[in-house]
Amino acid sequence: MSKTTRVVTLTINDKEVSAREDESILTVAREHDIDIPTLCYLEGLSGWGSCRLCLVQVEGIPKLLPACMTYCAEGMKVKTDTEKIQNYRKNILEMLFSERNHVCSVCVSNGECELQSLAQKCGMDHVSLPYRFPSYDVDSTHNLFRNDHNRCVLCTRCIRVCDEIEGAHVWDLAGRGIDTLVISELNEPWGDSDTCTNCGKCVQVCPTGALVQKGTAVAEMHKNRTFLPYLNAMRGNNG
Amino acid sequence: MPRTIEIDPVTRIEGHARITIKLDDQGIVEDALFHVTQFRGFEKFCEGRPFPEMPSLTARTCGICPVSHLMASSKACDNIMAVQIPPVAAKLRRIMNYAQITQSHALSFFHLSSPDMLLGWDADPAKRNIFGVIVEFPDLARMGIRLRQIGQSIIALLGNKRVHPAWMVPGGVNAPMTAKKRDTILPMAEEGLEIALKTYQWYKTQLGNFTEEAEHFANFPSLFMGMVDEDGNLEHYDGTLRVVDHTGKIMHDKVPTDNYQDIIGEAVEDFTYMKFPYYKPWGYPNGMYRVGPLARLNICNKCGTPQADIALAEFRALQKDGGPVLSSFHFHYARLIEIIFAMEKTLVLLRNDDILSTNVRARARGNSSRGIGIAEAPRGTLIHDYHVDEHCQMTKANLIIATGHNNLAMNAGVKQVAQHWISGNKLEEHMLNRVEAVIRCYDPCLSCATHALGKMPLHIQLTDARGNVVDELTRG
Repeated sequence: MSKTTRVVTLTINDKEVSAREDESILTVAREHDIDIPTLCYLEGLSGWGSCRLCLVQVEGIPKLLPACMTYCAEGMKVKTDTEKIQNYRKNILEMLFSERNHVCSVCVSNGECELQSLAQKCGMDHVSLPYRFPSYDVDSTHNLFRNDHNRCVLCTRCIRVCDEIEGAHVWDLAGRGIDTLVISELNEPWGDSDTCTNCGKCVQVCPTGALVQKGTAVAEMHKNRTFLPYLNAMRGNNG
Repeated sequence: MPRTIEIDPVTRIEGHARITIKLDDQGIVEDALFHVTQFRGFEKFCEGRPFPEMPSLTARTCGICPVSHLMASSKACDNIMAVQIPPVAAKLRRIMNYAQITQSHALSFFHLSSPDMLLGWDADPAKRNIFGVIVEFPDLARMGIRLRQIGQSIIALLGNKRVHPAWMVPGGVNAPMTAKKRDTILPMAEEGLEIALKTYQWYKTQLGNFTEEAEHFANFPSLFMGMVDEDGNLEHYDGTLRVVDHTGKIMHDKVPTDNYQDIIGEAVEDFTYMKFPYYKPWGYPNGMYRVGPLARLNICNKCGTPQADIALAEFRALQKDGGPVLSSFHFHYARLIEIIFAMEKTLVLLRNDDILSTNVRARARGNSSRGIGIAEAPRGTLIHDYHVDEHCQMTKANLIIATGHNNLAMNAGVKQVAQHWISGNKLEEHMLNRVEAVIRCYDPCLSCATHALGKMPLHIQLTDARGNVVDELTRG
């Protein structure tokens, strides 16, 4: 704790809690077993705040705020599970599902997918928006892994883990808006990458079937995402 | 005045079909066409996907026989990997396929076809369904439902799911058999065999009631094609292709599955989305052949299991001239024999010493640019033919589904039934029923018919040459 960091008191779902003012609402909520769904957030990586699934309501502020990027303040009154928030989460998930080709039944990550789990958890039982059915190429040029843009949710976990943990920064974003793509190098085939160390961290942190190990059949892609906090601890990094 | 009768729709492979029957001036049937009006498109959307996804992706073609697609697709992927899968993996795949044959044939015989046979083709459609059978013949209905349950349960035990298990994978299977599962399946297979034998004995006593149907339900000469093992015996998983003619003469034998295109060509017609495979040496459309249980029993030397071989001898006596059994009505008979065979084979495999081996998967990346996987689905020979690029992504898929092989024969069958039962200007309920029933003989993956409880939605129109509707019958 830095010298200037203060401890503040706030309420989350009417429960009074104490927190450091440099802690996010998400961190404090989880410390107190208050569940807030997340997708782009991953413990051990920097916050990104793009998926908006962790939106919470803070009294006095008209718009919803992402819990992963909003820091605690004295007297803050936070609600994490109102009907409005639940509807927003379902809508966000519907948009994610409709944007690309998330066909769980034929996906190697079926049963291990965070997007799929979130849909079940948040009660998103159908998609009311029209599917876009984009036709993205699959990049199977890497010796060990595969990048399937059709399953990508643009959470950028792969970009952050490669940059912040592995230090290779193979990945980045290209394009804008709904047409944004995660690319390797300067949009070269992954297999041609000079900087990729084949460590596979990007594959492990990917929440869906976008980055996977080659040779896996449907529902066979098991990912281990728990290595990050340990890795950070070993490096003396607070994440 | 020439007229056309339309049956629209006839449900087919989880979809819809239409039948057109053309009548001449005297009201005599001139021709009949079986139009499949739905497009699935699996061959197209396989393109670009990594090949290891193919078994589960293509299995989604069907909710009744997904195991068949898993098997043919996994075999095609084995060939892309260029691996020999562990022998136990092949045995385990066979067990699941026998379970699949059992449940699918039980569904076809009991749930779909038995209402026609037991309650009569002219029976009230409201009662001519599986529930009608349950009321009138509760013991038989119970046996049928139990038999199907046994097949489905074996699939679920092995693959963790009754429908669309992802257990068969390129290189083998993704989990071995356990002692607990084996010990659960063994008594189920014994019970399944007992039920199958009992049903078979009962069915033999009923055959005399269906003489006219056996005579006119697609009873014509044709070629028969299917897979046989190295001894020429009944085979569903891995063997070579054999073609025999209507006299029993072997036209082609020991055709490696990789060379299927030497004997099978594919034609298309503008009146249907279903392809017309044909026997290449005879050309199109003369090269009409039939596949499925009837064909398999017609082409094999023997079954290779005791009870099934006894039944096979009795089956062959149905054709008085000693040649192959030509009436498609006897698909039903053949299905019962195959259930007996499947349960006998399952018991033999389960009692293998090595069946619990954990070496059930070969691992490799794609080593070949093409893979062909052929297996016998309940309805006949199923062909998956894949091409992949240098990164093992699909560039082309050719799927010849069992039902497709029978396309020419189904058209011929519908024509024969129409010629026998339809004439004049007046349409009657039993005409529709028999047209339906001849399609059901082939069990052309008309699994939608199960949802309709054995009552396909049919619409027949009798029109004159100017398209004026003379008579009309709608049901469903």
